[in-house]
Amino acid sequence: MADLSVNIAGVEFSNPIIAASGTIGFGHEYGELYPLSVFGGISCKGTTLKERPGNPPPRIAETPMGMLNAVGLQNPGAEHFINVELPWLKKQNTVIIANAAGSTEGDYCEITELLSDTDVDMIELNISCPNVKAGGAQFGTSPESVEKITSAVRKYCKKPLIIKLSPNVADIAAVAKAAEFAGADAVSLINTLTGMRIDINTRRPIIRNVTGGMSGPAVFPIAVRMVYQVKKAVKIPVIGLGGISTWQDAVEMIMAGADAIQIGTILFTDPYAPIKISEGLHGWLDTHDMKSVTELTGTVITD
Amino acid sequence: MSFSLIHIPDYSDCFNLIIEVRNDVMKFDAQDCILVGKYRLAQTVFDFRLRNAELAQITKPGQFAHILVPGKTLRRPISICDVEGDTLRIVFEIRGDGTRILSECEVGDKINIIAPLGKGFDIPQDKKIVFIGGGIGVPPMLYSAKQAGNDSVVINGFRDKSAVILTEDFKKIGCRLVETTDNGTYGIHGFVTSPLEEIIDEIDMICACGPTPMLKNISRLAKEHNKPCFVSLEQRMACGVGACLGCAVGIKRDDGTVTYKHVCKDGPVFNAEEVAW
Repeated sequence: MADLSVNIAGVEFSNPIIAASGTIGFGHEYGELYPLSVFGGISCKGTTLKERPGNPPPRIAETPMGMLNAVGLQNPGAEHFINVELPWLKKQNTVIIANAAGSTEGDYCEITELLSDTDVDMIELNISCPNVKAGGAQFGTSPESVEKITSAVRKYCKKPLIIKLSPNVADIAAVAKAAEFAGADAVSLINTLTGMRIDINTRRPIIRNVTGGMSGPAVFPIAVRMVYQVKKAVKIPVIGLGGISTWQDAVEMIMAGADAIQIGTILFTDPYAPIKISEGLHGWLDTHDMKSVTELTGTVITD
Repeated sequence: MSFSLIHIPDYSDCFNLIIEVRNDVMKFDAQDCILVGKYRLAQTVFDFRLRNAELAQITKPGQFAHILVPGKTLRRPISICDVEGDTLRIVFEIRGDGTRILSECEVGDKINIIAPLGKGFDIPQDKKIVFIGGGIGVPPMLYSAKQAGNDSVVINGFRDKSAVILTEDFKKIGCRLVETTDNGTYGIHGFVTSPLEEIIDEIDMICACGPTPMLKNISRLAKEHNKPCFVSLEQRMACGVGACLGCAVGIKRDDGTVTYKHVCKDGPVFNAEEVAW
């Protein structure tokens, strides 16, 4: 059997499949179905310094082969995460990635400093949430702003730092380079694409926030393209996500340049997806006589 | 396992009932069921019988199934109407593309569901309960009313005669059944709140499911008459299990501020008094 383990910025993952932030909460629910160690890692729900109530409903709309969400970073706050969720998560035998969010540069620095003194294995900086009024994606929309926030946070971050990138930009490779230059240990992409649906009977947006972040199989080709472009531009590890639903998608994303992958929306369709993707990946690597999944990364042929 | 975010309210102060405090450990799974029976109850309302002994055995009144629709990213949350042996019964209305595709499933097909989900109705045996259903909110009241004593009352309201469903099923369980239609083409002319007002002083507790304006009016009446009232709510939903925080519902805190709980895990049944209508 091929070796599925990967090393991202010095952290060992038993397999390259990570649960994407915002789709698994703090793990309790899907942990009812299978051990969370089926995931190489879990990126926890976006956490802010103080508790956030999130956006008013409706927060969800379906789209062709995908969905919109505007949860608005509802979370119980850093203290609750550190004192209540983290001790339990640390017993689940999987890499724990804290997803840090905020409204100001100061918020991001402060929460990163707090999380650095805990048992989390890595910190993923969420500068790409499209659903909050202040902060979120505004830090992630240009190479300059990404460099600025990454440099600022880097000073407070004692853990391996992943910068989660927004696809709502003109040049994703330039943004990734800026993150690398400013000291990021890895990048993860893509966060959701900003979308909108209107109920034609009421003439109102389906989502109360008007716009929401689009995810699911429909965004997969965009994610593959962006991961491909970013892998060519940076030397740090690239975590690929966006619409991965099957083991074939996982193989494709890794070929495009992903060192690890995250899965999210597919959990809502099929909670058992991580197990199926893991098995399929094993099978594909064995069939192609590959000893390790790391041999597959970036092997797309473009000549 | 602890779910510290979930607040299990203590209702013992407001009325003299011992509410069974549910085990915090959720028990659900994503499994295939076989569609063993399919019936059309009204023009756009279907009755499916889904065989899965394991899930049927652990289903409680008011819980729901999150149903995979071929070709759709999001599952459809549909309340469980009844449990008969190894079979779950769901009754749903075609509301859009997803429920239309679901309605085209045929007997013998496999349908994948995550169930049973959510916290349903707690049905005290020694209380006189009125169960109120409105439109497609009627089906979940069947399994709930079955669990209650014979002196319970069921009030079901429909748009018009063509929308009336489950009359015989409710008659079979031996409770008093009152039916209304908005336009008077069947049963009592008017909304469910009219017959409710007539009997509200005789009953101990209200359980209701239906359109939000109906639930809001029932909740107001319950408050005026100081009766405990539990309502089953709907919201656009993604994961169905409490992970994504999509299906938010505004809940009043003790200090008057509003927070969000979630229909899939904290509900679908809520104490009407805590809902920020």
